[in-house]
Amino acid sequence: MSENTVKLMQGNEACVEGAIAAGMRFYAGYPITPSTEIAELSAEKLPRIGGKFIQMEDEIASISAIIGASLAGKKSMTATSGPGFSLKQEGIGYAVMAEIPCVIVNVQRGGPSTGLPTSPAQGDIMQARWGTHGDHSIIALYPSTVREIYDTTIKAFNFAEKYRTPVILLMDEVIAHMREKVKIPDKDEITVINRKKPNIKPDEYLPYKVEENDFVPAMANFGEGYRYHVTGLVHDETGFPTSNHHIAENLVNRLVNKIEDNIEDIVEYEEYQSKDAEEIIVAYGATARSVKSAIDVLRKEGIKIGLFRPITIWPIAEKQLKEISKKVNKITVIEMNMGQYFNEVDRIAGKDTKVNKYNRVNGELITPEEIVSFIKEG
Amino acid sequence: MPSELINKYFRTESLPHIWCPGCGNGIITRAIVKAIDNLNLKQDDVCIVSGIGCSSRASGYLDFNTVHTTHGRALAFATGIKFANPNLHVIVITGDGDCAAIGGNHLIHAARRNIDLTTVVFNNNIYGMTGGQYSPTTPTGDKGTTAPYGNIDANFDLCELAKAAGATYVSRSTVYSANMIIKQVEEGIKNKGFSFIEAISICPTYYGRKNKKGDAVDMMKYLKDNSINKATYEKLSKEEQENKIVVGEIYKTQMPEYTEKYQKIIELF
Repeated sequence: MSENTVKLMQGNEACVEGAIAAGMRFYAGYPITPSTEIAELSAEKLPRIGGKFIQMEDEIASISAIIGASLAGKKSMTATSGPGFSLKQEGIGYAVMAEIPCVIVNVQRGGPSTGLPTSPAQGDIMQARWGTHGDHSIIALYPSTVREIYDTTIKAFNFAEKYRTPVILLMDEVIAHMREKVKIPDKDEITVINRKKPNIKPDEYLPYKVEENDFVPAMANFGEGYRYHVTGLVHDETGFPTSNHHIAENLVNRLVNKIEDNIEDIVEYEEYQSKDAEEIIVAYGATARSVKSAIDVLRKEGIKIGLFRPITIWPIAEKQLKEISKKVNKITVIEMNMGQYFNEVDRIAGKDTKVNKYNRVNGELITPEEIVSFIKEG
Repeated sequence: MPSELINKYFRTESLPHIWCPGCGNGIITRAIVKAIDNLNLKQDDVCIVSGIGCSSRASGYLDFNTVHTTHGRALAFATGIKFANPNLHVIVITGDGDCAAIGGNHLIHAARRNIDLTTVVFNNNIYGMTGGQYSPTTPTGDKGTTAPYGNIDANFDLCELAKAAGATYVSRSTVYSANMIIKQVEEGIKNKGFSFIEAISICPTYYGRKNKKGDAVDMMKYLKDNSINKATYEKLSKEEQENKIVVGEIYKTQMPEYTEKYQKIIELF
């Protein structure tokens, strides 16, 4: 794509374009609505730039393949939707434990189970955080516009490489399928981060040794002369399994802390009309778009209300939400689930202000009109 | 000679291995290493991918690019590695439960694609690491901790499965015939496509003891006495064929290989 291109682009398409701009050269996936265009466009575009696309036999195979490809040195991605995301949890846990950079896109759909295939939903907020077993932290991003999908996909790859972790990109059917005018940024406007490679001799390389003042080990790609072992078991600096309690504890702590200690770098959010707000709505993805329209209507009626929109869903913007809670009379969390993020916001803000929720799980978008009525009645 | 192989290809710091006395897995592991040595492959160009189970611990002992994956997914990880970097010789180490039960779907699809992977199944007819539950290759009627009254499942012929799914090199051997395993792994690595090598192993600890098969020596003797090559086997009557282990090259053909086919798509642009 030529620089400075302005294009009418679909959300799923922007995801593929962003991924390619970030350096994605490997895609493995299994088709599932409403994420399929991501696979289709990857199949079309990747071989044109020397990249690889493979349609695997299932979702577990897909995430396993992208982990393998990442080990072999390719920036890799898979995309799926709710039930497929459940299947990928095994691989997500492996990528967390073995510290393999990769990006998993989840264009959510209603659930439980096969749920509502082509309707909007935001039901995987907690699955993104806690879907795989064991204690870990996770980075999950949730854009709200087509242009932002482009930018956030690049960020997802950058975080994956920088923190050596699987990064989850959450979307919903509305933003994935809507088309908007997008100005593709110039190459020099884009920051691309690549994994840190070892700069020592192969025989001195310890694949899981973290240098002082760093938070992740340097990563060699298979085939580059650094032979090492990768496992999903608890492992020491050499990469070999151990059941040493001290090493196990340190490893899990490091996996958590490499993200939790860098929240300032990771957390991104948007505030809208929030400066003088006496009341705040927390919303993300497509829902946040309805909220913005509702705020415009409510403001005209003299209600001082604003939006706090997390772009980084996990880790949660705890500090910022805490600050807001001390300034406003009320926070309302609006989401297309039964209150998954509400529970988190209430935990953080509930001591200082009233926290309300407005939810919907029937496969319909929450409209600005409903939000206006709910706020006025509240 | 064995110590030379160990010094060159094993991560001696990760030894001793976890396998029980009498286990056949060491013989297969050595055979793989010997095949790599015979073919003079560069260690940096070899990638060993394993699943979960006794056999799959072998990857950790070997000094190559090695990945110990999740249960059943070794072939899916390996597919990603090979497809991302076709210059690597990717060898998959898996067990009967790993590749035929939880990973059965990955096996048939890796074979169908004819992607250039060399899969070596350490088939000991039992789930060893979890303590002796029946596997897809436990012979019908035999016992496992989860088949205390005898296994009523039909057992898989893995070579027939791999052949039917599209593998272009299929062979079987036993740990009694170590040299045969070496030769077959060499052939598998040389084959440009999906190679499936079933190495029948022994598990005296769980399968042998539970089924009164005697000790490791008795089990080895059983493999020796009941192994038969394909040509001889086909001349036998139905009754005589029963319980025989058909060894040797089961199937070989040539088909376009997956990563090469994809490369042709890339070269269109």
